[in-house]
Amino acid sequence: MTAATRVSVSAYALALGDDALILSQRCAEWVTRAPELEEDVALANIGLDLLGQARLLLSYAAEAQGEGRNEDDLAYLRDERQFTNVQLCELPNEDFAVSMARLLIFSSYAQELYTRLADSRDESLAAIADKARKEVAYHVDHASQWVRRLGDGTEVSRERMQRGLERVWPYVAELFDDFWLDAALIDRQIAVRPSSVRQATLDTIEQVITEATLTVPDVPSVPGGGRFGVHTEDFGYLLAEFQHLARSHPGATW
Amino acid sequence: MRPRRGLSHGHVGSLHAADAEMALQNARDVFTRRGEGVSIWVVPSEQIAASSPAEKERYFDPAADKVYRHPSFYELPAEVRQL
Repeated sequence: MTAATRVSVSAYALALGDDALILSQRCAEWVTRAPELEEDVALANIGLDLLGQARLLLSYAAEAQGEGRNEDDLAYLRDERQFTNVQLCELPNEDFAVSMARLLIFSSYAQELYTRLADSRDESLAAIADKARKEVAYHVDHASQWVRRLGDGTEVSRERMQRGLERVWPYVAELFDDFWLDAALIDRQIAVRPSSVRQATLDTIEQVITEATLTVPDVPSVPGGGRFGVHTEDFGYLLAEFQHLARSHPGATW
Repeated sequence: MRPRRGLSHGHVGSLHAADAEMALQNARDVFTRRGEGVSIWVVPSEQIAASSPAEKERYFDPAADKVYRHPSFYELPAEVRQL
């Protein structure tokens, strides 16, 4: 790999890793607050799956950067503008319906992404993707079950589930933006073109929405910019909580 | 739950769920975190008929002193020690 390619691959792995890392943090915020005990464990498990993916991707990104950083440096010492996750992942949990809507959307996207990335010419990315897609398949299943039950449930649950979808839908388009990604990575079959997974992802999501007797939202998209380090106001609070312990005790180990 | 390389399902616990499908998912999340199993059965608790503790004597004591029901007087070869 040339130095230029290594930089691109690192940025790619970092973006995917940031998505997983930030969503993992949001899942963790449900612990002790979930509607049922079993759901508490389920969301913790999902968060840990995502964290595992994030660790692998961030470690690979650090290694590809070749500047002596490791996964922890990338996770804890970067500032807001250096994080390249999509804004969908950083949205606050709000209520269970919003969280399940977000999980459904992101996991459907991730499932399509990792299924294709498992064929990447980059061996590390392919291996990570191969492991991730089984985990993500379960996340899709879990979120779908809830969206169906809440949607096709009582009047209150249907209204809130529909509102949950409307709340997160403006952030869907950003998942399929191509222009942040180095085209060379796609040409060399290292990365997956984000727009190429759009149709399959939306098909999955819309199928679940229909089964839930809800309607696909028709709302304008936000400008996005997460891939370029532009984040929402909530992101600052998330980072503060996530990073402050590591930053308060630099170099500490268990 | 039927454990890996196990033969039959054993009871591992109880949980709450909205319906059977969610119960399977909840069981997967709560009881298979450490790779404990490869197959899950769930049953609604009201479908379970259980023996009553008050009948414990009547049900189980008679079997306690019938040594002839155990193969204790055979010499088991080493190959089938697990029987």
